[in-house]
Amino acid sequence: MKDNALSNIINQYEAEEQIDGQLYTLNLGPTHPATHGIFENVLTMDGERILHSEQTVGYIHRAFEKISERRNFAQITTLTDRMNYCSAPINNFGWHMTVEKLIGCEVPKRVDYMRVIMMELARIGDHMICNGVTAMDAGAITGLTWLFRERETIYEMYEQICGARMTTNMGRIGGFERDFSPKFHELIQNFLKNFPKIWSQFCTLNERNRIFMDRTINAGSISAERALSYGFTGPNLRATGVDYDVRVANPYSSYNDFDFIIPIGTSGDTYDRFMVRQQEVWESLKIIEQAYKNLPEGDFHADIPKFYLPEKADVYNKMEALIYHFKIVMGETEVPKGEVYHAVEGGNGELGFYLVSDGGRSPYRLHFRRPCFIYYQAYPEMIKGAMISDAIVTMCSMNVIAGELDA
Amino acid sequence: MTNEFVLEAINREFPESVLHHSEPYGMLTLEIKKEDIKKVIHHLKISSLEFSFLTDICGVHHPENKEKELCVVYHLQNMKENIRLRLKAFTTRENSEFETLTDLFAGANWMERETFDFYGIKFKGHPDLRVILNSPDLGYHPMLKEYRLEDGTRTDKDDKMFGR
Repeated sequence: MKDNALSNIINQYEAEEQIDGQLYTLNLGPTHPATHGIFENVLTMDGERILHSEQTVGYIHRAFEKISERRNFAQITTLTDRMNYCSAPINNFGWHMTVEKLIGCEVPKRVDYMRVIMMELARIGDHMICNGVTAMDAGAITGLTWLFRERETIYEMYEQICGARMTTNMGRIGGFERDFSPKFHELIQNFLKNFPKIWSQFCTLNERNRIFMDRTINAGSISAERALSYGFTGPNLRATGVDYDVRVANPYSSYNDFDFIIPIGTSGDTYDRFMVRQQEVWESLKIIEQAYKNLPEGDFHADIPKFYLPEKADVYNKMEALIYHFKIVMGETEVPKGEVYHAVEGGNGELGFYLVSDGGRSPYRLHFRRPCFIYYQAYPEMIKGAMISDAIVTMCSMNVIAGELDA
Repeated sequence: MTNEFVLEAINREFPESVLHHSEPYGMLTLEIKKEDIKKVIHHLKISSLEFSFLTDICGVHHPENKEKELCVVYHLQNMKENIRLRLKAFTTRENSEFETLTDLFAGANWMERETFDFYGIKFKGHPDLRVILNSPDLGYHPMLKEYRLEDGTRTDKDDKMFGR
């Protein structure tokens, strides 16, 4: 893609020499229909080629790390769903697992499996939106509208678990607030039956589509070496050919019970990122099928009365339950001192929680390792010398979520 | 590769630099002299230890300890051996300048800008050390503990009972 004439122009530009013809500056964003969120890109253009670009982030910075220094552990869950809102349950459970690691709580096997089912549904939802939008920005709007119907089914399942759809606040420290309902079982059985057909329709629509391939192959590519240097994780790293997946490297929540593969790409371009996500949806579906089939019997929460809210009926009738209810709601439970880092495989990469506890009711310091904050800084390098239309599909296929970027 | 092996290798190479070591929740955590932090990370990256993936950089503020008031925490990872490592370096408030890692890891750029934005910790040699998430005209570093979450000018709300 980078022909000689172009690299001459880029060299001239970098040496601050006079360039023939006129350079101009273009503002792509902060609010632009093609950036799907608030991203400000100031592009220096030569014709339709991007010579230089500068990103400004932080438009929706909500100071989650500062807020969480004043909230008790259960209340921080609601902050985490507002990060990657396309796959909020993964963030919720990631936070719960971090706290469980800190307090040394073992959850029942059933909770692990229930979490895996919800997390993989969330991953399917996340990848569906990302790939649907990538295809849409390349001109194929049909796929996205198809997929929204399936996303609706996934959101209906969220509703059965937690009552909410987008910012889910799903689960509790130690497990779930309620077991899978009969309606949920009905929904997931239908989903497992119908979704493969819908997804293969989407696959045939795009994967070998000549127009789509021409638009995405070689657009916004990055080498594995540069991607690692930039701290890429998740599908974007796997598209460059590195088979790193937190679910396999550091299995949490019984992921080692399931049989699945890590799809990888070769060239790290938009098409590879798209294809890695396409395959990951099939793998997630495989995991859900295995987890649902082998769903163990047992309790849907761990036995940690200090952290898990008791039944409301018990609160009125039992002294113990009343005490714990009061202590939990007032944030008076004691936690150990210590520091813990826990990572989960989020929708777009390794989502890490670095928690420093001084034994107080809220974290002394909580830092979110947000995958897209870290890999979005590679964007200028990836679109240098590209056309504007390549820059658009590159940004979509990187799956940069504004809420997570700015935290 | 085990934590003991990594600790021994670092101790052998930099006997003076490691001030303290511990293993909270299974992750080897080393406290490194502030002056040596870049040297150690560079060695970890290029030597056979191969900690070549920078997971994260963040700051922590301990206002009650004046000698070790600000802390920068580095999380490193060796992906081949699947082992993680946490390095910490403490500094006083006045002398809070670290050497940048941007020449070792391209991804350190925004992580260091974020740390600067939140804590005012400067990174020597950083190509573009500006605030990143907050507004440039904010004028202070809001994650420092002396800044309360609520607007400090409010008098109608007394938060003695809740929060710090």
